Amino acid sequence: MFHELQATFAQALLAGGGAPLDALISDRIPAERRFAIHVNNVFGLLGAALESAFPVVCRLVGTPFFQMTAQAFVARHPPSVPHLAVYGAKFADFLDSFPPASGLPYLPSVARLEWARVEACFAADQTPLNPARLAEYPASLYPELVFRLHPSLRLVCSSWPVLLLWQAHQQEPVSPVDVTSGGEAVLVLRPDLEVTMTRLSPGDAALITAIANGNTLAAAAASAYDVEPEFDLQAALADHLERGRFCGWA
Amino acid sequence: MSLGTSPGRIPARAGIGLRTPHISQMTAAIPPPVAWVEVHIENYLAAGGPRLAALEQIRRDRPLSLHGVGLSMGSAAGVDSDHLDRVARLVDRFQPELVSEHLAWSVNGGVYFNDLLPIPYTEETLALVCRTVDQVQTRLKRQILMENPSTYLRFAASTIPEPLFLAELVARTGCGLLLDVNNIQVSAVNHDFDPFDYLANIPKLTVQEIHLAGHAVLDVEGERLLVDDHGAPVAPEVWQLYAAAIDRLGPVPTLIEWDTRIPPLETLLDEARRADVWLARTEVGAKKTEGDRHVP
Repeated sequence: MFHELQATFAQALLAGGGAPLDALISDRIPAERRFAIHVNNVFGLLGAALESAFPVVCRLVGTPFFQMTAQAFVARHPPSVPHLAVYGAKFADFLDSFPPASGLPYLPSVARLEWARVEACFAADQTPLNPARLAEYPASLYPELVFRLHPSLRLVCSSWPVLLLWQAHQQEPVSPVDVTSGGEAVLVLRPDLEVTMTRLSPGDAALITAIANGNTLAAAAASAYDVEPEFDLQAALADHLERGRFCGWA
Repeated sequence: MSLGTSPGRIPARAGIGLRTPHISQMTAAIPPPVAWVEVHIENYLAAGGPRLAALEQIRRDRPLSLHGVGLSMGSAAGVDSDHLDRVARLVDRFQPELVSEHLAWSVNGGVYFNDLLPIPYTEETLALVCRTVDQVQTRLKRQILMENPSTYLRFAASTIPEPLFLAELVARTGCGLLLDVNNIQVSAVNHDFDPFDYLANIPKLTVQEIHLAGHAVLDVEGERLLVDDHGAPVAPEVWQLYAAAIDRLGPVPTLIEWDTRIPPLETLLDEARRADVWLARTEVGAKKTEGDRHVP
């Protein structure tokens, strides 16, 4: 009995109304009005959770538009686990196919970057690989190494200047951004306590993508040269090691 | 080097609900004097990161209470065992002095609603919540506290008054109570009952923690409805009810909670000091009474 009542209550919450009035008491305040408190709580608090995960998206569209978008997202993709720090994984994809936001084609990319920051922030902690360990390894075997990336590492590749947009919205007033200035590949990492972001060259982005997919260094380097013939592998590896982007190798 | 605090008891002092905007002040070289802190379990379920690191540091120097908002103790389908495992891992890691949850539900059909939703109070739901409390206490290998909810709705099917439902829950499962005094006030106004009567029906010695928070006042076509938004100072009527509560229950660890429009930490500390004054008064009163008893 209670089982059915709870399911009906839950469906009405997501639908934003249609409370099981037979089961509820109306007195000086009708039960629908009382039920509305819970509808407001659910959509308001989940909207606030999304706003704190996607502050730049919110600034780009303004709070009223963001809240309207968030409500539509919550109704379509409510959280499935009680862990709001990881709520919003599908928000960027949702924006891709949300007609009211189609006027800002770079919005989903900015959302992807913000989500990468959230994931990096809450990823497992791990000590980066000490470059000295690699130096002890025979250089002739480097091509066959499969590096393990740091658990917090994320790569966001966009045809828009996504990091420029993000940075421009960290200050008030927002500095103007030429959105036609070209795409960016942004590496997001939290080697210690702070989330960092770095632009990668196309070759470097291809290298990291290939490593993330479990390729050997030789194969990853080949895909880097494919997109960037001038790619400097040695400099890129030194940089990745120094910034703690690798945790080990297999 | 700090010797740290071994898990023991939370002192009968005022603590604060630790929220993200205040973390950096609490991890500073000289943190403000806070007797104990409570955090929401569901904000600390990540694999790693700065928030967990900060909690490790803050916890080292003071007692900790872990407060769940996602176990959905009132779910007809029972507790989600994956989520219970996540909670158990956090409890294992931090060894908190107290663990608490709510007499409410928040999960149904694979959706987490992020709100504390009401249940009817019947023999059926009492048996259900008792089973769930048993399951959680068994899994966590410890007693938990159950918090009285703030409610906006009443169910036609309810047959058991809320304080009796809670008392029965305690009697059948051995759990303790977390008495949210603001929730009593919110529900009392929303359902036209006397909050002091409610208080009188809460069994003594079962309350191990008190919550204090602010609420919002809504006007629904001329009718007053209180909303438990934790976004305002503790209301004067709630302070009065609090005084009556500790007068009845004795000095109990008391938490100041803010969750919306979170003010500077100093505001929470002010409210905590105010609660401490009441607690100190009660303690003196309690000792006096105890002393009196020994006088032949």
